[in-house]
Amino acid sequence: METMPTKTKEKKSEAEPTRRSFFNILWIGLGLVALAEFIAVAFAFLRPRKSKAPGENTDLIITAGAVERFTPNSVTAFVRGKFYLARLEDGGFLALSRTCTHLGCTLPWMEKEMKFACPCHGSAFDITGNVIDAPAPRALDIYPITIENKMIKVDTRKPIKRSAFRVEQVTYPKKKV
Amino acid sequence: MQENSVMPDRLSLLQRICYSIFPGTLQRPKYREGYGSFFNTLVLHFRPRSVQERTLRFTLTWGLGGMAVVLVCMLFATGLMLKFIYQPVPDRAYESIIHLQNNMLFGQLIRNIHHWSGNILLIIVFFHFLRVFFTGAFHSPRQFNWIIGLAMFLAVLTSNITGYLLPWDQLAFWAITICTGMLEYLPGIGNWLQKLVRGGSDIGAATLSIFFAIHTAVIPACLLILMPFHFWRVRKAGGLVVPRAPDEDPSSRGDSVPSIPNLILRELVVAVMLIAVIMVAAVIFNAPLGAKANPGLSPNPTKAPWYFAGIQELLLHFHPLFALFIIPVLMLIALVSIPYFNYQTETAGVWFASHRGRRMAAVAALVAIIFTPIGIVADEFVIDFAAWMPGLSAVVSNGILPAAFVLAGIIAFYWLVNKKYAATNNESIQSIFVLFVVAFIILTITGIWFRGRGMALMWPWEY
Ligand code: HEM
Ligand code: HEM
Ligand code: FES
Repeated sequence: METMPTKTKEKKSEAEPTRRSFFNILWIGLGLVALAEFIAVAFAFLRPRKSKAPGENTDLIITAGAVERFTPNSVTAFVRGKFYLARLEDGGFLALSRTCTHLGCTLPWMEKEMKFACPCHGSAFDITGNVIDAPAPRALDIYPITIENKMIKVDTRKPIKRSAFRVEQVTYPKKKV
Repeated sequence: MQENSVMPDRLSLLQRICYSIFPGTLQRPKYREGYGSFFNTLVLHFRPRSVQERTLRFTLTWGLGGMAVVLVCMLFATGLMLKFIYQPVPDRAYESIIHLQNNMLFGQLIRNIHHWSGNILLIIVFFHFLRVFFTGAFHSPRQFNWIIGLAMFLAVLTSNITGYLLPWDQLAFWAITICTGMLEYLPGIGNWLQKLVRGGSDIGAATLSIFFAIHTAVIPACLLILMPFHFWRVRKAGGLVVPRAPDEDPSSRGDSVPSIPNLILRELVVAVMLIAVIMVAAVIFNAPLGAKANPGLSPNPTKAPWYFAGIQELLLHFHPLFALFIIPVLMLIALVSIPYFNYQTETAGVWFASHRGRRMAAVAALVAIIFTPIGIVADEFVIDFAAWMPGLSAVVSNGILPAAFVLAGIIAFYWLVNKKYAATNNESIQSIFVLFVVAFIILTITGIWFRGRGMALMWPWEY
């Protein structure tokens, strides 16, 4: 509504901006700043929360049990922690995420065939989490394990991504003295 | 002025109230014919006073745009009702749907109408999109309305996806797990976007409330803005594109006829028939509801919703980077640029551009119908670049290589057809469009009906 007169005025005196055109620019500038602020607030508001309050986090460190409970070459499901505890043939432990790396289905452990077989698109993983059948692009995520006094604890706060199994990822109980 | 207007105090109370709301209705007694005039003036606020007679032909629009409007209205009406009962938290969502179905009078029916309207809307909008393309209704001055249309298509698609999660049953939970799982493969922003959409790393309470907000507020608001914009652009373009025979002069226009009753009656008939069909479907077929969502157990097979079956099928043949990012983004760019190519001839209003265009479109459809299934079957049982060339990375063996083969096929097709028919670019672009659309439809059909346990290829009756 106001723009028409200002436009004609601006044309008349392009070199020296009038007071009105100065204020127009000021208003537009302030308006843009306000818009940017609103957008920033909206984004900050919608951004997924970072980790929760520190007190709650201890819930996510799961005590799996004593070392002897798990026989070598076996896989045990932990439903609450959403992971599988795998004990390899050599006695080492791996905590594997139960989420298929393809598109996120939950993997069941097939006892007889000794593999994780995804019901969704047919990916399969071995006991170390390595891919045996595509389409999954990488090995299962793992969680850090600590073994204190022969008790196994799994920290499920943050899954660790990996492309394939390597021996360094395995946690071994201390050798008997 | 004085003579024209009726003095309000000589009217009955009802008439005076009417007058206070719509003063215009009583201004010219000659034009007024009982309550009809009130209806007429109301209608003429948002429909044109007269339209080109030829645009009324059913074989121009097939009533598709009007059907989309009716379906959106039904979705709003039933959606608002569902909102009174539905509770968007994981512990209550499924139970509230059960409560709705078992304890509320007509609860199941309302849910069914919403379900079928939502799914059928997607099909109708797709057909509307095809009719607009094949009648050349995207040329100037309708270019931008094509873009608005695409935006609405995305809105309707998003609405369907977000609505899909709300019942919080096994079907919903795993389909959305897979759909949002696809985001992870987008280069760079994938992880961030996935977290944003899910409201965390897993699907849970945050996801449900985000989807609920998008479904019942964001998208409805977008549609309420875009739809009037869309219709206004139709009016600004001087009404619909005028249909004509291939060799007819583009400037020839027929007579105008008043919209009341010519246009309005046709629209009402289409609306009533569509509503009847939806009601019958809603009475006979219940909206599916599986067991309550269980994050620990994926059903086999777990499929994406039917409108993503095509993408899911692509995913079985191409590296995710190609199936989920490169190919869809290229398609989107192509769709957006369709109205902005430099076309050699004026084809607006001619079905399939010309006689030659019709033949070429038929050839393209035939080629797609033959080669898409062959490609799918060959890739499933014979072709395995990853095993033949173990040295290559998966992006090359599952992405670049098969994509190059497909691209080479398309270029060969384009070249052959162009040579055989000496076509204008209107016709060649159209034939490529047909090729893609038919291939996409076949991929979708394969994904819906020919994929069984573990996503293996099989006949529908085998599983
Ligand atoms: C919710 C989705 C949509 C609704 C409710 C809608 C509604 C309508 C209606 C009522 C018309 C008038 C005539 C007719 O029935 O064809 C129309 C015309 C048109 N629509 Fe849509 N539409 C939608 C989506 C789309 C899409 C996806 C496109 C294309 C990408 C599109 C492009 C157009 C164009 C270009 C016209 C003008 C056609 C002409 O002049 O002949 N619309 N739309
Ligand atoms: C273009 C518009 C819309 C489309 C395509 C759409 C689609 C859908 C779909 C496919 C479902 C899943 C139904 C099922 O299979 O169980 C759904 C559910 C739902 N929608 Fe919509 N919807 C639309 C608009 C709305 C609006 C405007 C509202 C309310 C303001 C709404 C509220 C709901 C609610 C509460 C549910 C959950 C109830 C249920 O799942 O049965 N919808 N919608
Ligand atoms: S989600 Fe496991 S194979 Fe697709």
